[in-house]
Amino acid sequence: MWAFVRSFDPKLIVAAAWWAMAGPALAEGPARVVSINLCTDQLAMLLADPGQLLSVTHLASDPLSSSMVDQAQAYPVNRGQAEQVFLLRPDLVLAGSYSALGTVDLLRRLGVEVVQVPPVTSLSEVSAQIRAVGAALGQAARAEAMAQAFEADLATLAVPGPKATAAFYHPNGYTTGDGTLADEVLDLTGFSNVGADAGVTGGGILPLERLVVAGPQVIVTSTPYPGASRSEEILQHPALAAIGAAQGARTDADWVCGTPYLVRAVRRMAELRARLAAAP
Amino acid sequence: MTRPTGTLLGLSGLVAGLFLASLLVGPAGLGLGESLRALLTGQGEAVVLVMREIRLPRALLGVLVGAVLGLSGAAMQGFLRNPLAEPGLIGVSATAALGAVLALQTGLAAAFALALPLAALAGAAVSVLLILGLAGPRGGALALILAGIAISALAGAGTSLVLNLSSNPFAVMEIVYWMMGSLADRSMLHVWLGAPFMLAGMAVMLTLGRDLDALTLGEDAAQAMGVRLGRLRWRLILGTALAVGASVAVAGAVGFVGLVVPHVLRPLVGAMPSRLLPAAALGGAAMVLAADVAVRLVAPDQDLKLGVLTALVGAPFFLHLIWQMRRVEA
Repeated sequence: MWAFVRSFDPKLIVAAAWWAMAGPALAEGPARVVSINLCTDQLAMLLADPGQLLSVTHLASDPLSSSMVDQAQAYPVNRGQAEQVFLLRPDLVLAGSYSALGTVDLLRRLGVEVVQVPPVTSLSEVSAQIRAVGAALGQAARAEAMAQAFEADLATLAVPGPKATAAFYHPNGYTTGDGTLADEVLDLTGFSNVGADAGVTGGGILPLERLVVAGPQVIVTSTPYPGASRSEEILQHPALAAIGAAQGARTDADWVCGTPYLVRAVRRMAELRARLAAAP
Repeated sequence: MTRPTGTLLGLSGLVAGLFLASLLVGPAGLGLGESLRALLTGQGEAVVLVMREIRLPRALLGVLVGAVLGLSGAAMQGFLRNPLAEPGLIGVSATAALGAVLALQTGLAAAFALALPLAALAGAAVSVLLILGLAGPRGGALALILAGIAISALAGAGTSLVLNLSSNPFAVMEIVYWMMGSLADRSMLHVWLGAPFMLAGMAVMLTLGRDLDALTLGEDAAQAMGVRLGRLRWRLILGTALAVGASVAVAGAVGFVGLVVPHVLRPLVGAMPSRLLPAAALGGAAMVLAADVAVRLVAPDQDLKLGVLTALVGAPFFLHLIWQMRRVEA
């Protein structure tokens, strides 16, 4: 935390001294934590001690992105800008590994410790990430319990046996294919991903024609945003309705991040798979 | 067979061929016989869906949008006796897009489906009125183009503003769609929504031929021959607003078709507007169909915008026209 003394700005040194007095640095973890990433927002809200987390992003209060809208109301909101975050005098900033790289860079140059958390691309990474954020917050025991509960929940929801076909279909014909968290959720709950079979790795476009020809049993769309867009019109295309796929499932905030709320998404897919098996 | 009739027949053949190509090109990679059989007989579940619900509306809209743009370009050039008049260049498409975007973002189009083409039509009508007011029937090329630039810029800014303020994060990404146009993932719903207006507008414009022929002799001569200029002007406004408005509402603003097509065809059919109008409709259909087949071949999974290709052909052509006019004026 004293790394910034290397810089010769006297104002910074004064600030450092002020910080050292202000923050009763606990041996077990940082006392003032700010999160500037939607996923770390949620993990930090779940894992931090009361008072330890100072602020979460505005996205944490967006019901289409965040599973913890109600809890987020208790925290002041930041928009992930360095200026705003620095003024909160954090001794730990939690950030994503791809977002706001300029902000992260600047905060580090100002001597703030930043822990970056990559987006999860598999179920096994979720528990690893819970443990990693827990360790950064000094809440390793709580994180360990949460990770074990998550793994146990997943194990009960696994659907063995033959696979049903499913495809993700999002605005603009975007689908999630091989090597994604969503793909692993499908695999765990007894589905094979048509997008992955069509050769999409990561996220990519699956033309409507090819989706129709593949004819999956289930199409998982996304929750529409308010306001109109041409991008979302494709989800109402008559051809999509005509292939007769079950369209009950929608991805929502629970699918976005590797948090324990992912279990809810997995459970909904497992239930859908069970209904599919029960139907004649 | 006279040369103009031959040209019309040739163009019809070209449109038919490109229509077929539009039906047969697509990412699903269906067999030729299989897809045509599915289209005509309705046998083969998924293939029928692809052909009837995805490719057929796209091809139909390609024909209609292209015909509208070619025809309205020819009609405007005939009325204004100005070779640079074209719905895209003079801002008619841009204001139609603004109307459409307003209808979508205010929720009007969701409450009442016809609000989308009607709002686009109103936008188009406003700009045609403005253009005729600003540039005047005898307005020179410069006044026309400057008025068009101003109206396009204003409407484009309005469209961007509305989409930026939308609560839907996808709306912002669609600015380029409204300015460049695309036929990707359209359905028969869009055909039913747009086709009646486009056909009505084209019907109005096709009746203008005789009056526009008379107008080539000058306004006084035309009036002496019984042309009522005021009525001609209103019919032109009605026709272009109906047709261009509806085409932009379902396919976005595709530029330069109305500029290039009449110029290419004029030497083939002679200078008479009455002969040029139907030829320009066919030529426009051929150009948009060809562009729409090309976007699917160049970038099959990317939704390359139609306007990108038409501008790549049209803008150099526009420069060439300006060069020619400069020499004439000098």
